[in-house]
Amino acid sequence: MSGGDYLAAAYLVFLLVILVYVAIIGLKLARLDRDLTSLVEFARRRSETASPTQEEREESRVG
Amino acid sequence: VLAAALLGTAVGLVFFFAPVDADQGISQKIFYIHVPCALTAYACFAWGAWKAYVHLWKRTPGADMESYVAIHQGVIFGALTLLTGSIWAKASWGHWWVWSSRQLVLFLVLFLFYAAYFMLRSSIEPGPARANLSAVYAIFGVALIPVSFLAIRLAEDFVHPVVFKRSGPAMTGSMFLTFCVAWAGVLALAAAFYHVELAGKRLDARVRELRELLR
Repeated sequence: MSGGDYLAAAYLVFLLVILVYVAIIGLKLARLDRDLTSLVEFARRRSETASPTQEEREESRVG
Repeated sequence: VLAAALLGTAVGLVFFFAPVDADQGISQKIFYIHVPCALTAYACFAWGAWKAYVHLWKRTPGADMESYVAIHQGVIFGALTLLTGSIWAKASWGHWWVWSSRQLVLFLVLFLFYAAYFMLRSSIEPGPARANLSAVYAIFGVALIPVSFLAIRLAEDFVHPVVFKRSGPAMTGSMFLTFCVAWAGVLALAAAFYHVELAGKRLDARVRELRELLR
């Protein structure tokens, strides 16, 4: 291998490590996004089942 | 954006502006990525130790997490230093690694010391005890930085080149400018990664908290 090959190898290793790090961070952020979406769905379902509907609230106010 | 601009400029300067070294030839240009990575790793470890000290001294919330992320960045740039240095060593000395060189071994010890930091953290349950022990460990590790840095100057084997001397940098003005731009680029990259990773960790902690609250 020549000096130029070693030079290219060193810069490629740098680029590769940076890309792997960015990919790992991207995967973690995607997982967080999924977790957050499922939590929002869960909270929405729970609030729908727990809180009375508009009609029920009006009925209780009249009655 | 700043990191990308600085690194792009640095690569342009390395290949089209900085002269080829008369002694080592084109492989000397590895210097422009190897030394900035090493200095950035030192800076990250020092920042991690500072945040660990802040955690122990002021009990600032989040300082433990900041220390952890800084040390993580330091290990990444330390690994890059070892990898690029090994390639440069093969090109210049004909060997991937020289065990007789104290400064190489000391940098490896520093790297392994901080790599063990993650083993320590993962072996303790999350909480104040883990944060305190990790902080003490991070502060002890920072003592290795001046030893590693000075070893390059005090070493007797003269295998590892000394570029920055008391009389100034032993390189031409164009080489020094290229080095400064490359170092600024690597530092900006480390800072960007630090903030992104920290934001991710904080978000993760809040999602966990939210999950606990919704149970």
